[in-house]
Amino acid sequence: MTQIVAATGNEAVANALRQVEPDVCAAYPITPQTELMQRFSSFVSDGKVKTELILVESEHSALSACIGAAAAGGRVATATSSQGLALMWEMLYIASGFRLPIVMAVVNRALSSPINIHCDHSDAMGARDSGWIQLWSENAQEAYDNTIQAFRVAEHMDIRLPVMICYDGFIISHSIERIEYLDDDVVKNFVGEYKPLYPLLDVDNPKSYGPLILPDLYMEVRRAHAEVYKNVAKVVLEVAEEFKKTSGRSYGLFESYRLDDAEIGIVILNSAAGTTKDVIDEYRDKGVKIGLLKPRLFRPFPYEEIGKALKHLKAVCVFDRADAFGGSFGPLYLDIATSLYHYRKKPVLINKIYGLGGRDYMPEHAEAVIEELIKIAKTGRVRSYKEYIGVRE
Amino acid sequence: MVTPLNLKELSKKELRFTAGHRLCAGCAAPTVVKMILLAACDYPVVVASSTGCLEVSSCISTYTAWKVPWIHSAFENAAATLSGVESMYKALKKQGKIDKEIKFIAICGDGGTYDIGLQSLSGAMERWHDMLYVCYNNEAYMNTGIQRSGATPTYADTTTCPAGSVIPGKPQPRKDLTKIMAAHGIPYVAQAAPSHWPDLMKKVRKALEIPGPKFMNIFTPCNRGWRTRTDDAILLSRLAVDTCFWPLYEVEKGVVRVTYKPKEKKPIEEFLKLQGRFRHLFEPGREQLISELQRMIDENWERLLKEEEIFASKEEEKEEVVK
Repeated sequence: MTQIVAATGNEAVANALRQVEPDVCAAYPITPQTELMQRFSSFVSDGKVKTELILVESEHSALSACIGAAAAGGRVATATSSQGLALMWEMLYIASGFRLPIVMAVVNRALSSPINIHCDHSDAMGARDSGWIQLWSENAQEAYDNTIQAFRVAEHMDIRLPVMICYDGFIISHSIERIEYLDDDVVKNFVGEYKPLYPLLDVDNPKSYGPLILPDLYMEVRRAHAEVYKNVAKVVLEVAEEFKKTSGRSYGLFESYRLDDAEIGIVILNSAAGTTKDVIDEYRDKGVKIGLLKPRLFRPFPYEEIGKALKHLKAVCVFDRADAFGGSFGPLYLDIATSLYHYRKKPVLINKIYGLGGRDYMPEHAEAVIEELIKIAKTGRVRSYKEYIGVRE
Repeated sequence: MVTPLNLKELSKKELRFTAGHRLCAGCAAPTVVKMILLAACDYPVVVASSTGCLEVSSCISTYTAWKVPWIHSAFENAAATLSGVESMYKALKKQGKIDKEIKFIAICGDGGTYDIGLQSLSGAMERWHDMLYVCYNNEAYMNTGIQRSGATPTYADTTTCPAGSVIPGKPQPRKDLTKIMAAHGIPYVAQAAPSHWPDLMKKVRKALEIPGPKFMNIFTPCNRGWRTRTDDAILLSRLAVDTCFWPLYEVEKGVVRVTYKPKEKKPIEEFLKLQGRFRHLFEPGREQLISELQRMIDENWERLLKEEEIFASKEEEKEEVVK
């Protein structure tokens, strides 16, 4: 029976981890993730899970321990934010290179400097090319649901890759929402028994992890690695389909909101999508044909599917909660632009950088952008392709 | 049955680190690895290595010299990586999915231990993981081309502290990592050298029998880095011990015990003169540098003997109380 609760995003993800009950978890405190592993630690102390908890001395060691534990042959999870993810950077590539199905909650927070504990996406965006699958979550319910599905995706025999579940720091991690929890045994059945692949602890069949591969073979290894990512979207959809049967909640590669008959659109990740959808409803009431696309599977990026979903629009604004300093546009914009580039007829594409370091994203920001998109659709004239919004200039 | 640590019995055992690795001729590291794995011959083991000579030379492309499960993930994190492996072992054992008694051993160079890996090592020891961490100590970053490390001894010439006309090699003293590890309050810490192989293997075996975190620092001559004859590794190891440059001792539950005392302590010149990295010390006008090194070694050795004495007298007191 579904349990309806009022809980924070961190509480919800901690509960998902309790229900999944990984064999090993590693944790190191960092705001705003801390509460999540703190709650999980209570589950360990109270005997609600049998998980071996490794309370490491840094995030670098957290992920290193997860790599060791996953290679040893069991289910593994961890969580981090911001500087913690930055400190893990070296090991992110090694976790994916080893094809280890580690699940990690990333509670999105700005990167230093200046140091700031509040939400933006620069942490996870910095890790977008590290070979991890990334599932983004609008609210606590999605963070909870994505966490449960992440284990199935990561551990799928066609994939065996690490997965990050991203949700907004404080806005989601610390706000109380209505959440539907699945029953413990439903979650246990859904994730199923862990199937080890080449476990280090199989001492009778010794394996070596982490060889030196020189120019004679390195490129072939990486080429083969690239091939794995082609399987991900299919598996994410299969798992989502099965999850729908269990929970009644449906998930895709992205959420398409009032987009089919739209003329203008907004692409936006995570919690700000909620606010934007409300504003879109207001404009729809006024007769403006506008829709929204919210990526869920951001890595590997489903170029084809997203291109198809957006190509019919006249004007699209991509919102980025992170800038790529010294680069051309925000990271999400670049991928959306790539998805559309090959179409002869494609929307005009503009980019807004918003909400850095926890700056509030307000309905009036969405309204101003929609007004701008209406003008672009009408006149074809673009005032500025990229700008910061909600900022004192 | 416990395999006795003698050549007759050990020679019958399978080598779990095979020939065909690509370490340099005369390198002491594979000798040390073989000794460790032979001492552990009664157990299945899982080994972790940090990036370094041993790692790059033992597992290349589709070849591996390891007949035991082995993992290398990065440079600074072998202890953290192995702590994950050991935790998974505990988890699966608790669940009844594994019944074997497996031992966990990290074998890492001094760069990966003294310097970049110190935090990871310290954390793993403090968390009391059941593992033996071994530093095969060749006193510099040999894999990247002989750069100074925290383990490089004073006045040694390396590529980043070259002996010049003004600065005579590494100006600073080496870090006393063995003492730092003993200060963690872990149950067993030891220094060993391959020239004294029964001592080395006894220490490995003792460490493996003690539950919890253990650390061993093993002197591992490097002919390329030290610019010595290819076949002098064991001779240099013996001279390091006999000059008290590398004392053999253990700290068991806080009690210091010197496991080998040279009958006649040799002057440090005998160790230095065989090595290109100390050649500049024998140039005219630099005699005081050698005497300074001798003074440092003497002080260190005497301090160690005093520490042993303090513990020995305490042990005697305890015995008297018991009587």
